[in-house]
Amino acid sequence: METALLKVRVISNKKLKCNYWHLEFECGMIARNARPGQFVEVKVNHLMDPLLRRPLSIHGVSGTRVRIIYEVIGKGTQILSEQGPGVFLDVIGPLGKGFEYGQITNKADKQKNILVAGGMGVAPLVFLAQRMKGSRPLVLIGAKTKEHILCEKEFKSLGCKIKIATDDGSRGFKGRVTDLLKDLLSTVNCQLSTIYACGPQPMLKAVARISCENNLASQLSLERHMACGFGACLGCVVSTKSGYKRVCKDGPVFAGEELTW
Amino acid sequence: MVKKPGPDLSVKIGSLHLKNPVMVASGTFGYAEEFNGLLDLKKLGAIVTKTITIKPRQGNLPPRTCETPSGMLNSIGLENPGIDKFIGDKLPFLKKLGIPIIISIASEDDPGEFCILAERLDKISAISAIELNISCPNLQKNKLISQDARETFALISALRKLTRKCLITKLSPNVTSISDIALAAQEAGSDAVALINTLAGMSIDVHKRTPKLGSWSGGLSGPAIRPVAVKMVWDVYNKIKIPIIGMGGIMDTESALEFFLAGATAISVGTANFINPGISLDIISGLEKYMADGGIQSLSNIIGKLKECKD
Ligand SMILES: Cc1cc2nc3c(=O)[nH]c(=O)nc-3n(C[C@H](O)[C@H](O)[C@H](O)COP(=O)(O)OP(=O)(O)OC[C@H]3O[C@@H](n4cnc5c(N)ncnc54)[C@H](O)[C@@H]3O)c2cc1C
Ligand SMILES: Cc1cc2nc3c(=O)[nH]c(=O)nc-3n(C[C@H](O)[C@H](O)[C@H](O)COP(=O)(O)O)c2cc1C
Ligand code: FES
Repeated sequence: METALLKVRVISNKKLKCNYWHLEFECGMIARNARPGQFVEVKVNHLMDPLLRRPLSIHGVSGTRVRIIYEVIGKGTQILSEQGPGVFLDVIGPLGKGFEYGQITNKADKQKNILVAGGMGVAPLVFLAQRMKGSRPLVLIGAKTKEHILCEKEFKSLGCKIKIATDDGSRGFKGRVTDLLKDLLSTVNCQLSTIYACGPQPMLKAVARISCENNLASQLSLERHMACGFGACLGCVVSTKSGYKRVCKDGPVFAGEELTW
Repeated sequence: MVKKPGPDLSVKIGSLHLKNPVMVASGTFGYAEEFNGLLDLKKLGAIVTKTITIKPRQGNLPPRTCETPSGMLNSIGLENPGIDKFIGDKLPFLKKLGIPIIISIASEDDPGEFCILAERLDKISAISAIELNISCPNLQKNKLISQDARETFALISALRKLTRKCLITKLSPNVTSISDIALAAQEAGSDAVALINTLAGMSIDVHKRTPKLGSWSGGLSGPAIRPVAVKMVWDVYNKIKIPIIGMGGIMDTESALEFFLAGATAISVGTANFINPGISLDIISGLEKYMADGGIQSLSNIIGKLKECKD
């Protein structure tokens, strides 16, 4: 797998809703090589402040184009939202180890995958659902309110079944997406399932626990502050059964049972 | 027509010959393999590896990095696989590059460990030099060796008897007078000094009311520290005779040139490697251009050649 330092042209950069943005850039190299769960490191401007690159998941690829979605939460993502079409961004990617998923051939295995997304965590999971050809995973989306639900359409158009949880109950299940997951696992027979999740750390910890209680494998995509993004600084480590591992290089996707957090 | 020879970028640091004066700083370049494919490693003047210790170290509690205005804090805590694994797993790749390899070594609390490390490395011909990291702010220590001229002198004197390899002493900026420490290193037989290591710093999350780093504080690096580093190189240049390897916030050719003019014989690129892994090679060509444009034949014509600022 090749990782490269690239100058990529922004094709579009638009607000989706709330503080969520969608950016598409042209880069055949990343589009060809990217795997679900991998990410790019974006330099949002050419200045020394903000100094570091920002890690963002690859949300999808088509042809020579790469998509990311992001939430404006601070200085870096704010500046990114100001980069219009035609601007060249400095990007390193694709980075990290993606999700491990098998191609499903057996019909009986259909829907054996469950995707759990918390907030912005939908970002890599849409790409994953797209690549899980033929398996049509079940997707659980957690969001603050119904306004904050992301990517419902994308998952639908991929043929996924969707269940929604909102904190305020404005849509779907009222409460945490992990409680929805717990309910689901207690009522439906999911013996063969693997759970793929991305979202805030407390959510991922709960997913790991629930998967373990149900004897299911889980693959979790973690977030850590990153100085380099390619394994050199040892800054982004997470504690695992075999010691500290680098989220950027050994992850960002880890098997739930490996992590000791 | 005879092609005019390009400017001469080669420099000498003790017994070490560098084809160009641009190296990469310890801890910011891993063991080089992490950068394979991102730049042509063979073009670098030298590589300084992540500091190694005798035993493996797991490093400090995360979070270990955070961004600061034009800089960053880190508290990695010298995570490394230990010398045996380094020699077995990491050195073979470095050897193949065919450029000078400088091994950074440290010990948390026993100066004797420096001696054991130096004796082992002394026997490995592929290693060009040893850098003594006596200035890491991320160990649970009240005082660093490089914060005491006498301790610095004692350690280097002991090591000087054990190895003929080029010894580089890396200095901390967290001192009253860095040139006094540099002088002690010179008197004890160090071949060069490298400065600066990171400045002790701290950053606070006011919403959580916690420090941003797991180990409370860390070391500041990046462009934010450059003026501090340039001043220290200038001070040290005026006090000692051995070569200086300058670093601290070098981001491009211009910032590298500041260090040469302040008196550095070579420079190290640190934090900038994270942002632009190919930046060292850009700086090498930038230096060539600066020298060609200015009719400067050799780097020695600019090292320490500062003029007074007249309004
Ligand atoms: C592998 C990976 C994939 C990611 N994918 C996405 C994505 O697809 N969409 C999205 O919106 N966000 C994603 N994030 C989070 C995103 O990197 C941060 O939201 C972003 O860096 C914030 O930058 P800022 O300058 O706006 O915020 P600030 O808070 O001002 O940033 C300050 C510093 O903290 C770091 N930082 C802050 N929050 C995070 C965080 N959650 N994770 C890592 N670093 C952080 C920044 O990079 C920067 O160095 C991902 C993070 C990782 C590690
Ligand atoms: C993440 C990180 C890790 C570092 N690790 C080491 C180390 O192991 N040994 C060492 O001597 N210096 C270490 N340093 C210090 C650098 O080598 C350099 O002295 C310092 O960062 C200043 O240069 P810069 O501003 O260009 O980064 C580290 C710096 C950073 C940012
Ligand atoms: S961010 Fe540098 S090692 Fe992961």
